[in-house]
Amino acid sequence: MDGSLKIGKYELQSRLIVGTGKYPSLEVMQRAHEASGTQMVTVAIRRISLDDASGKTMLDYLDRTRYTILPNTAGCTTAREAVLTAQLARELLETDLIKLEVIGDSHTLYPDTVETIAAAHELVRDGFTVLPYIVDDPTACRRLEEAGCAAVMPLAAPIGSGLGVCNPYSISIIKERASVPVIVDAGVGTASDAALAMELGVDAVLMNTGIAAAKDPVAMGRAMRLAVEAGRLAYLAGRMEKRLYASASSPMTDLIGARK
Amino acid sequence: MKATINGERRELAEGTTLAALLETLGLTPGGIAVAVNAHVVRRVDFERHRLDEGDAVEIIRAVAGG
Repeated sequence: MDGSLKIGKYELQSRLIVGTGKYPSLEVMQRAHEASGTQMVTVAIRRISLDDASGKTMLDYLDRTRYTILPNTAGCTTAREAVLTAQLARELLETDLIKLEVIGDSHTLYPDTVETIAAAHELVRDGFTVLPYIVDDPTACRRLEEAGCAAVMPLAAPIGSGLGVCNPYSISIIKERASVPVIVDAGVGTASDAALAMELGVDAVLMNTGIAAAKDPVAMGRAMRLAVEAGRLAYLAGRMEKRLYASASSPMTDLIGARK
Repeated sequence: MKATINGERRELAEGTTLAALLETLGLTPGGIAVAVNAHVVRRVDFERHRLDEGDAVEIIRAVAGG
């Protein structure tokens, strides 16, 4: 019934992309990833500490035969920083994938649309498969698509807020107009949020805190997997029309004790 | 000569290569990537890339993130 998710040259069976941040332990993270059924996980790029340069890195905890790694440019505030971070990530991970994130405000972590679009143009020119985190704005998403991004990733709500899909109408419009995959990124707090996003018709959901900050991240990983699958199936199935008044499911004729 | 490594000013011997710098820091080339003056230096070029006075070196790795 449903095909795979294609993002540029990449093809995924799972429509759930998950992060690697904020887990109580790396062992819990690994189990949560497994329970979520994800095939793509995000990592951030940071300077090493010069005082303690030895030791394991995040890559030692990710099975790259199982998960495609999606590095991000989280924390960048200018297109220039984001482009260099992406280029370093490409050298480190030997991937052309990049989750482009250029932050415009430290309190809301809302993206800086102008810098994001500028960076997208440059990264596409440089051969990257660009997945930009962006506001739930159809025009911004169109600009990113025109720049050559392989997907657009409007936020459901601020990063780490768990508020769910705050503007389902915008997300629906973005999906209706986009010809690249739409991935809802950020703000999903629980399974119903993920299911709602998928019921709107988006192609995938990306989340981190929703799983990692649950009391039981492994159970929530599984809940999110089921929610994404359920939401996708419900979207494909086509929901019934909403109506104001009741419509009986059982026959209203031949009732017992009724007078003829 | 002086160079900036991840934002810290460090004294280096003249003609230090990137490979030598990484060795001094106890780093192996796997698991890291390097930029000098905002340009990525490919891993295969670490041996021959000599640092200059005032260079800004960024050495990065993957960390947890969303």
